[in-house]
Amino acid sequence: MKSARLQRAAVTAVSSLLAVGVALVISAIILLVTGKDPVKAFSTLFGAAGEPKVLQGMANRATPLMISAAAVAIGFKMNLFNIGVEGQMRVALLTTAVLGAAVELPPVLHVTFLFIVAMASGAIWSGIAGWLKVKRGVNEVISTIMLNFIALALVAWAFDDFFRVESSTQSLLVKTKDLPKSAWMPDIVDRRLNGMLFIAILVLIVFWVLIWKTKFGFRLRSSGGNAGAARATGVNPKKMIFISMLISGALAGLVGMRALMGDVHAYQNNLAEQQGFNGIAVALLGRNHPLGIFFSAMLFGFLGEASGRLQLEDIPKEISTIMTGIIVLAVVIINEAVKRWDDRRIQRKAAADLDAAKSANEAVTA
Amino acid sequence: MSVSTPADGLAVELIGITKRFPGVVANYDVGLKVRPGTIHAIVGENGAGKSTLMKTLYGMHQPDEGRIVVNGEQVSFRSPTDAIEVGIGMVHQHFKLADNLTILENIILGDEPVGGRGRIKFDEARTRITELAATLGVDFDPDTMVGELGVGQRQRVEILKVLYRGANVLILDEPTAVLVPQEVEELFATLKRLVAEGRTVIFISHKLDEVLTYCDEITVIRQGTTVGETTPSQIDRRGLAEMMVGSDLPNPSGRTTSVGSHVVLNASHLDVAGKVAGAKLALEDVSVVVHDAEIVGIAGVEGNGQFELCEAILGLVPLERGTVEIDGVDRTDDETKDRLTSGLSYIPFDRHREGLLLDSPLWENTLLGREHEKSLTSGPFIVRRKIEADSRSIIERFGVRTPSEQVPAFALSGGNQQKLVVGREMATEPKVLLAAHPTRGVDVGAQAAIWDELRQARDNGLGVLLISADLEELIGLSDRILVMFDGRVTAELNPREVTPELLGSYMTGAVQGAGR
Repeated sequence: MKSARLQRAAVTAVSSLLAVGVALVISAIILLVTGKDPVKAFSTLFGAAGEPKVLQGMANRATPLMISAAAVAIGFKMNLFNIGVEGQMRVALLTTAVLGAAVELPPVLHVTFLFIVAMASGAIWSGIAGWLKVKRGVNEVISTIMLNFIALALVAWAFDDFFRVESSTQSLLVKTKDLPKSAWMPDIVDRRLNGMLFIAILVLIVFWVLIWKTKFGFRLRSSGGNAGAARATGVNPKKMIFISMLISGALAGLVGMRALMGDVHAYQNNLAEQQGFNGIAVALLGRNHPLGIFFSAMLFGFLGEASGRLQLEDIPKEISTIMTGIIVLAVVIINEAVKRWDDRRIQRKAAADLDAAKSANEAVTA
Repeated sequence: MSVSTPADGLAVELIGITKRFPGVVANYDVGLKVRPGTIHAIVGENGAGKSTLMKTLYGMHQPDEGRIVVNGEQVSFRSPTDAIEVGIGMVHQHFKLADNLTILENIILGDEPVGGRGRIKFDEARTRITELAATLGVDFDPDTMVGELGVGQRQRVEILKVLYRGANVLILDEPTAVLVPQEVEELFATLKRLVAEGRTVIFISHKLDEVLTYCDEITVIRQGTTVGETTPSQIDRRGLAEMMVGSDLPNPSGRTTSVGSHVVLNASHLDVAGKVAGAKLALEDVSVVVHDAEIVGIAGVEGNGQFELCEAILGLVPLERGTVEIDGVDRTDDETKDRLTSGLSYIPFDRHREGLLLDSPLWENTLLGREHEKSLTSGPFIVRRKIEADSRSIIERFGVRTPSEQVPAFALSGGNQQKLVVGREMATEPKVLLAAHPTRGVDVGAQAAIWDELRQARDNGLGVLLISADLEELIGLSDRILVMFDGRVTAELNPREVTPELLGSYMTGAVQGAGR
């Protein structure tokens, strides 16, 4: 029966690759229309794949995307649409930067402390949306969008009025107080690839175990798959909504940590900007599965990293952003079409298997 | 219509209609003859196949066999639009009106008279609606918001809407279910005017009194097929009830074991609030006792509190009053999960809505609600190998026809899905089982298998609360039958002594309060 599972996985992978292919074709058409040479553009883009520098940059860019996609995916598994990863991340960024710089701890402990602060502050912010949903029936899409606006404004105000420190050497750059070295996340490749990648991979593994291997994960998936059935079998839907919102927010809190602890070492405006939103697209492309998320985060990271090369060839680097968008759209459309086709295939196969078994039985009895 | 009215002059004729759904035949060889200018009643119990038949006539699905003849011309409908085109309209049981639009806007919605530059010609519509309303004998301002209307008026708007689209044949699906008695009279006054004008009304109901008082002709449907045609002058209440329920009820199965003395379920004086604030109670002073090795049947037309009773026993709705004891322990304040782990099991009303994860493999479906079982888990983890083995044993024991436990649930036929649900709920070795329509929509073979399992489990000491619309099932399995009507238990009957007439009278609310 392993083969059936492999088949489903293969169907999933093929449909995602198909989506990427469709996106390439559409991007080529756009390039042609704008009078650029698609062959040159793509060879430049993918030619970059051979360079170690580009690959390191890709993994570095993919790191926060893996975490934010996991944050989004855990909501999706429960039919919750947490669009508030961006806001949760921002709240966690400032909180962690401020608290992290205020304490003195030995290296490993300091990093751990920062992770805990980041997760807790992200969870508190997403918990507001969870509480509103459970207690007042407020749709989480609306509340998380609104909370994003509030978070952005609140963090900007708090940063400006209370926590910013003028840098004496770089007068234009305003940051919070620098984190002490003990709170830094070490690099794997100096200034190019940060160790946060391992944390991101760990997050994906824990996510996989939690969702597919535990009782809690099973209940979460049943609530998402059929809320009525979950309720009738004694799963408390409100509790599940609240808990999954908390977990989602806790992961969202970690999204900005590569930028904070591995790069800038202080909070500044625009730090890790958009990484919370981009996680939604990565989760969609990765079909909410850790392995899929890993590869789609890498793809997004690659397109982001390699886009710089396009400019050298006088091709607007926005083409890679456009491709990213088209890939996501293509995935949504193609996945749906492929799922329908695959569902019918499975149904037919089940019927055929049964008929085969039946005639075999009859042959035996006859 | 190019063809003139045929010699037999029928408005609608259905010939040999058969409609199958996967694993079940909903209609078999149904014939129906409706003369123009009459109110024609189609009566039958819930689940007899009335709605399926009307959906066929209204083009909501296509029959597998048989012919539809309208005004002497054979037709085939691909969608309701085709049916509307030949003058067939349907007034649904659940109104499809927008509260935030006016009567006028609701009526023209989807069929707006459009003038130049895409503007809606409201004046033209208003004139036509006022005319139609006058012929119906109703009087209202077409600019009133539908949200302000009462139920009876809304129904009239629905009828107007159908007439506005030019319907000559109106299908009304259980129109009186939502009305109070005066409104029922008004409705029939309206319908009489319609037929006086030469239109035809097809009236679906299970309320015998209305049918006998107001309708011209009656077709009775039982178990998916027509069992007879009659008129109110030819038959009385009793005769009609017998036709509807079946004149020869099945014999209760002889059982060799006897009912136990230990009370496994004691639901006492349950009150549950209605769906909307201020509405009457959905469950009113309902008490049910089930002993070990006993099957207690709940008879009743659907929507008379059976669902709320199950939800109350499961702890899924708050109780206004009353207590629930399971296996001798008071569980009134316990969560659903704790009730389900202390000997209660539930075969839900609708396997798709409450029983299955359709996209998940069967082994996950057999785990549903059993995550607490030590043999399937290890600490916080689920143990897939053990669950799969358990799943295979359920599949084998209950004869679920499937290639393997890895197949997603949607790939199975309805009967096999149901066997899986039944198997899962019995696998926990419960003390008491709430079985809601355990064989609904399954084929005959699966039905027999499920019945056998229930009997066998009962002989081994299981207490079952059996909710069913299938009288054969109720009488064949139950040791006692309680009848529910309007949120209350109105009778307790002995399946060995029950007559179709009696059961029909209780179920339709004609007789209440006796025998209990």
